[in-house]
Amino acid sequence: MSYLDNPSSVLSLVTDDEAHRDVYIAEDVFELEMNHLFRNTWIYVGHASQIPNKGDYYSTKISDQPVLMVRHTDETIHVLYNRCAHRGTKLVTDIHGNTGKTFRCPYHAWTYRTDGTLLGVPVRDGYEDVSFGNSCASKGMTSVSNVCVYREFVFAKLQDGGIEFEEFFGDSLSSIDNMIDRSPEGRLEVVGNPLRYMHHCNWKMLVENQTDSFHPMVVHESSAGVVKEIWEDMKQHGNATPMAVECIVPFTSSYSFYEKMGIRTWQNGHGHTGVHFSIHSDYADTSGYVDQMKEAYGKERAEEILNENRHNTVYFPNLMVKGPIQTLRLFKPLAADRTLVESWIFRLVGAPDMLLERTAMYNRLINAPTSIVGHDDTEVYERAQEGLHCTNNQWMNFQRHYFGEEGVAPMEEFPGTTEAQMRNQFRAWKKFMHSVSDQSGVQA
Amino acid sequence: MNLTEIDLVDFVIREARMLDEQQYEEWLELFTEDGFYWMPLEFGQTEEKLTTSLMYEDLLLLKSRVQRLSGKRTYSQLPKSRCQHLLQTPTVDKIDAPNNDYRVFTPFHYVESRNDEKELYAGWMKHSLIVEDERLKIKLKRVDLVNCDSPHRNIQLFI
Ligand SMILES: [Fe+2]
Repeated sequence: MSYLDNPSSVLSLVTDDEAHRDVYIAEDVFELEMNHLFRNTWIYVGHASQIPNKGDYYSTKISDQPVLMVRHTDETIHVLYNRCAHRGTKLVTDIHGNTGKTFRCPYHAWTYRTDGTLLGVPVRDGYEDVSFGNSCASKGMTSVSNVCVYREFVFAKLQDGGIEFEEFFGDSLSSIDNMIDRSPEGRLEVVGNPLRYMHHCNWKMLVENQTDSFHPMVVHESSAGVVKEIWEDMKQHGNATPMAVECIVPFTSSYSFYEKMGIRTWQNGHGHTGVHFSIHSDYADTSGYVDQMKEAYGKERAEEILNENRHNTVYFPNLMVKGPIQTLRLFKPLAADRTLVESWIFRLVGAPDMLLERTAMYNRLINAPTSIVGHDDTEVYERAQEGLHCTNNQWMNFQRHYFGEEGVAPMEEFPGTTEAQMRNQFRAWKKFMHSVSDQSGVQA
Repeated sequence: MNLTEIDLVDFVIREARMLDEQQYEEWLELFTEDGFYWMPLEFGQTEEKLTTSLMYEDLLLLKSRVQRLSGKRTYSQLPKSRCQHLLQTPTVDKIDAPNNDYRVFTPFHYVESRNDEKELYAGWMKHSLIVEDERLKIKLKRVDLVNCDSPHRNIQLFI
């Protein structure tokens, strides 16, 4: 039997503290996730600084849907499905570019304004005697109607109706706020292209790992532990701590360090590690940045911003931001066992270059397909993807620190090594897959 | 020390062989104290520090990579990866003895394999070399992948 024949049956695959392997390995469950979960929730598209000028576009995907984010002639940002209304050709394939005032299809030269409306069809009289006005083609490029630009972060929801942006994210937006506020000018800019790292595992394993504070001391002993060892050896020559050591060595912190960091969860699957402090708390400032922040915000407010050292904030379903180091990771689902991870970096506008240098370094040391930290993370996810095919035990266990009665308050706090945020994600998973029981399946 | 083109070509070919034979301790010795290994993320990238690269590593990080490969708890190296370099004959771009500046350009195909997976990477490597204590040393090795901006699987060894 396929879950597609009885979509509501997927709801029994997730209990309060366990998840059945089919949510990771079954292609039909993945298909239902694309049709429901990824349509019913607000998905990160991109950052406004990627398209600063009129006609600038950025092409990407929301779940399995090719879309583009474009700055229209009136400066507003539109998210359009990336296909010609005529016969389906994608209108742009560059990741970033400028289309001027119009998109022109490379196949039959249909043209569209940058809000998607149809501008021209060559030799239009060929359509005079057909019911062109009733066709989908005559409507132009379809735009995604639910788009929200929150302080330059662009989110979209493919399904009409359902949860509003503010209700969906609630107070979790405070992590994005903190990342932006770390700029003395209150502004971020995307720098360069993202790292793109291909994983042969389910997207949820990657998202779960973002708040898994019970693994770094195990998985990253092999990399962070070695850097620590070699550095301690060299330190006897009296060198200052290199930035690379600051970035990577905290990954070897103890269980009790991660326990005390704490985890906070919000409704709808969002949550973050590092409530009280984090592995990002001890970066040196030799650039005058802190003084610059005090100048810009006043001492008290600047300290409030900089003392917030949230580690990883998960925006359910597939986004993670790291405020103190200005990186963003997007987990793009491709198949039940295929996930593309994009890791982006931001410049804190107005801040010294040293901060961007550290951000870029962190990105390549931790998030790259060449990362010695990433290699061992990937190894454990992919072993799990294969191990889950064992039929004797068909469940993933998320019971660590589970005492019942979670997800009641708008915000809850836990000791750092809990699996509470994973349980929080699965509660949201059920909530937004839930429409499978009251809708027919694939939408029009 | 009077270096000929053949010396420089020979250096690059032997360096690749060291990597294929996983003679990492000797390989690290090829770098100057302030040497770097750079693998850009963007085609034609000119900025090392203020934008993302795949790798931009000094000796501390290169040594860490090498030591990690043989760690008992380096699970992504259980089993170990293997690699093979196929080099086009290197082109010597510069021999400037008075300024101690030597440049070599080498197109390559590189295969890394582990378990049942085998990935092929192609590109160009540029060696900036100097003479130190009567030996050629690497000041900068730059590796540009032809598809640097594509999604990649793990690259665990050295191209
Ligand atoms: Fe990890």
